[in-house]
Amino acid sequence: MSASPAVAASERAAPILRVDALKVCYALDGAAIAAVREVSLEVAAGECLGIVGESGSGKSQMVLAALGLLARNARVEGSVSFEGTELLGLPAADLNRIRGSKLSMVFQDPMSSLTPHVRIGVQLAEVLVHHARVTWADAERAALDMLVRVRVPEARRRMRQYPHELSGGMRQRVMIGISLMCGPKVVVADEPTSALDVTVQAQILALLREVRAQSGMSVVLISHDLGVVASLAERIVVMYAGRVVESAPTIELLRTPRHPYTSLLIECAPSLHRARLDRMPCLQGVPPNPLDPEIGCAFAPRCPRVTDLCREQRPPLRRVDGAAVAVAQVACHHPLHP
Amino acid sequence: MSATLWRGAGERLRANSAAVAAIGVLAILVILALAAPALNPNSVEALDWTRIASAPGMEHAHWFGTDRLGRDLFVRTFEGARTSMAVGLVAGAVSLSLGLGFGAIAGYFGGRTDYLMMRIIEILSGLPLVFFVIFLTVILGRNGYVLYASVVAVGWLTMARIVRGQTLSIRRREFIEAAVAGGAAPARVIWRHVVPNVLGPAAVYATLMVPQIILFESFLSFLGLGTQEPHASLGTLIAEGAAEMEAAPWILLAPGIFLALLLVSLNVLGDGLRDAFDVRESG
Amino acid sequence: MPRYFLKRLGAAIPTLFIIVTLSFFLTRWAPGGPFEEERALPPEIMANLQRAYGLDQPVWVQYGRYLRALSHGDFGPSFRYKDFTVSELIAQGLPVTLELGSIAMALALAIGIPLGTLAALRRHSAADYAAVSLAVLGIAIPSFVVLPLLALIFGIALHWLPVAGWEPGSLRYIVLPVIALALPPLAYIVRLTRGGMLETLGSPFIRTAFAKGLPLRIIITRHALRPALVPVAGYLAPAVASIMTGSLVVESIAGLPGVGRYLVQGALNRDYTLVLGMVILYSSVLIGMGLLVDLLHAWLDPRVRFAQ
Repeated sequence: MSASPAVAASERAAPILRVDALKVCYALDGAAIAAVREVSLEVAAGECLGIVGESGSGKSQMVLAALGLLARNARVEGSVSFEGTELLGLPAADLNRIRGSKLSMVFQDPMSSLTPHVRIGVQLAEVLVHHARVTWADAERAALDMLVRVRVPEARRRMRQYPHELSGGMRQRVMIGISLMCGPKVVVADEPTSALDVTVQAQILALLREVRAQSGMSVVLISHDLGVVASLAERIVVMYAGRVVESAPTIELLRTPRHPYTSLLIECAPSLHRARLDRMPCLQGVPPNPLDPEIGCAFAPRCPRVTDLCREQRPPLRRVDGAAVAVAQVACHHPLHP
Repeated sequence: MSATLWRGAGERLRANSAAVAAIGVLAILVILALAAPALNPNSVEALDWTRIASAPGMEHAHWFGTDRLGRDLFVRTFEGARTSMAVGLVAGAVSLSLGLGFGAIAGYFGGRTDYLMMRIIEILSGLPLVFFVIFLTVILGRNGYVLYASVVAVGWLTMARIVRGQTLSIRRREFIEAAVAGGAAPARVIWRHVVPNVLGPAAVYATLMVPQIILFESFLSFLGLGTQEPHASLGTLIAEGAAEMEAAPWILLAPGIFLALLLVSLNVLGDGLRDAFDVRESG
Repeated sequence: MPRYFLKRLGAAIPTLFIIVTLSFFLTRWAPGGPFEEERALPPEIMANLQRAYGLDQPVWVQYGRYLRALSHGDFGPSFRYKDFTVSELIAQGLPVTLELGSIAMALALAIGIPLGTLAALRRHSAADYAAVSLAVLGIAIPSFVVLPLLALIFGIALHWLPVAGWEPGSLRYIVLPVIALALPPLAYIVRLTRGGMLETLGSPFIRTAFAKGLPLRIIITRHALRPALVPVAGYLAPAVASIMTGSLVVESIAGLPGVGRYLVQGALNRDYTLVLGMVILYSSVLIGMGLLVDLLHAWLDPRVRFAQ
């Protein structure tokens, strides 16, 4: 069956970020812990991709691998390429030219992710100084402008303050500002709102939306909260136990989820207006132990539609035929929709 | 202390090759020191005026040479070693008991007692011990009691702190609460329940304390404030050796190397034990 | 910040005062006197001596006079070195000891911190093991063993450096003593820096710094070094104490005319004023160092400052 024109168009344009058969595991006391069992995905230029999954699904590990931020005892296989350049195994000097400038990251907890003894202004300006080779004076001017842009009140005073003197929401704005200093092509936001109050969450998401509209950059938004991801992303990837189990455009995913895990996530998703919980309250059980070998579908113990086939054979991730707009995939023997 | 804790610690220790090597070295040193009198016929004090400061050689079994009074260095070195090690053990034991008692009491009773005892420790930790000793020597003269008291004082402060921390952390556990609720007197609870459980970390720290004690005794002896003639300790021997360094360098070597090996292996062993048991100071 | 400093200063002065008072009264009430070890003196001469040194007055009067003299910087005459006052002896010897001690401290920091940082960055490498081993040796082996051994090798066997002696302004004579003196604090500093750096490098804000694409040099100096050095700052006062005690031994072995040997000789000769003066001197230095370290700690970590 021939693909629709819109599908063909997005397939033709090369993705700006491409993850290919990525595996991440750790060696610990002789045992191997699989953080990411295998993930492949693509981010198109200007697109906002959402990645959702429980803690332990490997979503953070994947992006940390992309940016070369994993611990020393991590073993990485596969490929992550940015604008055609392979990131894995790239020498530090070359990697440093890309990260922070063209590909940047916003972390979860802004209190511990900002250096406590360095002033805010310096933490913003240093990015520009080292990537764009401008003078400190120019960089600090740009930092001030950035603070205004991310809507930090009393920006001039904040420049000279330390992180602990700002509120949580302001700190996260600063972190976003840091990631934007060099005008990146892709910003990865790993749980940017999880450490914040519910009301502040909405503000931060609004900020991200605004920035994206202004600059046309790609955003990869990672969260355990489907509501957060859905409010911003055009396409969503669902991860479970180190693998992608479903991916689809947002509206399609929410309306017609194919994987049983996705539909349960939708049922249980804490909305932006209810209290956040890290564990899905209505999902029974826990994700599998990363130390255990994979036999069959990882979701089988918790799946309401499980059969013997599920327990014996791991369902491969396959394209969904006749997907409405863009490419959709699912890894399930008994999807809710074909 | 639980059996699993001991077993796990034992494994970790065995995996630590440096610590294992240290145990080996220590064993050799101890055996040598104890066996020396049997190996060499010379006496510790005999002055041989015909052989003043002679270089090491095979004649007359002066294997390490002689010092400026003609005394055989082989037997003197190992007598000094025995003295130093004995001081380490005895003072270590006293220090252990003192620190154990002090720390257990402070940790058990808590509150103002604890506060007071901790302040005392803080004040005493302020000034280096050497100056105390020197000061006491000025006042009381060269006194064996001063030496022994100060050598004991080297370790008991930190021991008390560690034991207090450990006591605080187990204070709230059920078996202690049960004993207290059962009407047991504090002394009994401390003796039967607290002490056995803090003994482990305390013993581990004791192995780090012993080299400190030996070092301090050697230091004082080196300065002339410690062990007195004609007794020898490694400190006095090294002092002699340093004085005669240009004329008779060998006088310095044996005690110096022995002390260095002794201290290094004790420290490595102590570090290894501490890593294996993972002792912490705060409760 | 200034208020914090003043508060600490306010606590330090009474401490010093207590030390002076306690020491003074202890020496006066101790059995025996400074002249008892000498060959038996005729009673009139004894009485004259006592009067000359003011020992015939009641203790309280002596104390008052001592304090008054102290405020003028006068520590009184040495009982043993009859021609000199304690102040003169201190003035003679202090520059030497200070030079020795400060060079040793500077060396320990200048080598210890980079070495510890290197060990942390190249964990499990040969450099790491070398640094850790050096630290163990430096901590375990005391300076009175190290210095003679060094002198044996470099002075007697190789003839590169003098074994003992002193020449004002000449560096050759203090090379070995400084190394022996610096080794224990250097060892601790290597260990503490390595530990502090390892822990800091695992912090989230360091991960952010890497994610910014900053070069390693900047990440270490601007982001990691200050928190990593907090344990070292806490060690500075004990380091000074260690150098002070070490200098007693090092000066006597190397024949350096410093102030340390006066302390030891004073103790052996029961020279009260000398020992008293030395004790006050060393206590002041230690207390001063304690103050400095507190200030340094507050500077290294802004959170401490604002928590006051």
